[in-house]
Amino acid sequence: MLASALIVFREVFEAGLIIGIVLSATVGVARRGGWVAGGAAGGLLGACAVALFAGAIGEAMQGSGQEVFNAGILGVAAIMLGWHNIWMARHGREMAGDMKALGARVSDGRATLLALAVVVGVAILREGAEVVLFLYGLAAGGDGAAALLGGSALGLAGGGLAAALLYRGLVAIPTRQLFRVTNVLLSLLAAGMAGQAAGFLVAADLLPAWGQVWDSSMWLSEKSILGRALHALVGYADRPSGLQVTVYLVVLAGLWMAGRATAPKPAGPRVGGVAQRV
Amino acid sequence: MRLHLKRLALAATLGFAMASGIMAGGAMAQDAPTFRLTIKDHKFEPPTLTVPAGKRFILIVRNADDTPAEFESTGLGTEKVISGGREATIRVGPLKPGDYTFVDEYHQDTAKGVLTAAGE
Repeated sequence: MLASALIVFREVFEAGLIIGIVLSATVGVARRGGWVAGGAAGGLLGACAVALFAGAIGEAMQGSGQEVFNAGILGVAAIMLGWHNIWMARHGREMAGDMKALGARVSDGRATLLALAVVVGVAILREGAEVVLFLYGLAAGGDGAAALLGGSALGLAGGGLAAALLYRGLVAIPTRQLFRVTNVLLSLLAAGMAGQAAGFLVAADLLPAWGQVWDSSMWLSEKSILGRALHALVGYADRPSGLQVTVYLVVLAGLWMAGRATAPKPAGPRVGGVAQRV
Repeated sequence: MRLHLKRLALAATLGFAMASGIMAGGAMAQDAPTFRLTIKDHKFEPPTLTVPAGKRFILIVRNADDTPAEFESTGLGTEKVISGGREATIRVGPLKPGDYTFVDEYHQDTAKGVLTAAGE
């Protein structure tokens, strides 16, 4: 029971942190609940499918299928986050100025909500597939259903609680600053995912590693709970390859520059606190 | 909305193009030495393995059990799911000389082993 509780907690915790950030980045956006729930449902279905075909995926591409698959979905999530961030840079000012204005802009909001729903789906798909496989193994190994269910429920509750705490903490930030904070968090998330994707392609021998930049596993192991949290949130790695660090920094710098380039000029007439749309 | 779908399609196409470019440039280290491990009754056979340091090599882990396993090693930077009755190809290294522990994350109590990288 403890084993299943621990593993479920770990995976739910990691996915939950990502979902917590996405939720806080979309505070006040109309109908976000449906989008996020849709992404979550898609992620759950995907997790079951991935678990079902894990053998075939693993043996595809001379045994590199799992790495390439992981790199692919992480890459998609990173692109979605980048898209959302650039959109926010363009419209965030208006949103922070007047949250109600956003209600009239659902059509615009929908695009970025789709992006974030995909991110939620990917987070759940990745962590969920591991949970499904693990629980299947336990069930097949003859562990009692009660212990399995109890442990999973415990893990789910713990992971969900951590996500809820992060969300509560973030939305306590005043609206004006909230989007600045979540944009930074989402940028770090995107860079971390892109870096991890590069790491998977290195592991598959499809890209060169460019050496190992540092080894901080003695101080903060990637497998400790803090290490896991930082891994999920900002892409922390205790032994990153040179390529992983390079991709991370390039994505971060790229998002920052794209955000600055697309941000509207601060000057301009405002009507009732809402920037005029041209 | 249609515009956004177009953008999505563009992003997907770009992704595919990048992926296929990567495949074409891939297939390095084909001649790397190969080592084998088997998981049976949630234990590694052999539990210890010596590999050359400073060299990329291939580790093939066969899961002879019916249930899935997850080969995991922080030191080796590997985390890989292996379904029951399947085998996983893991590309590792180059490693500095030393000991590297690994486990089946799903059965950590019994399935653990040590990989020793020696020589240069």
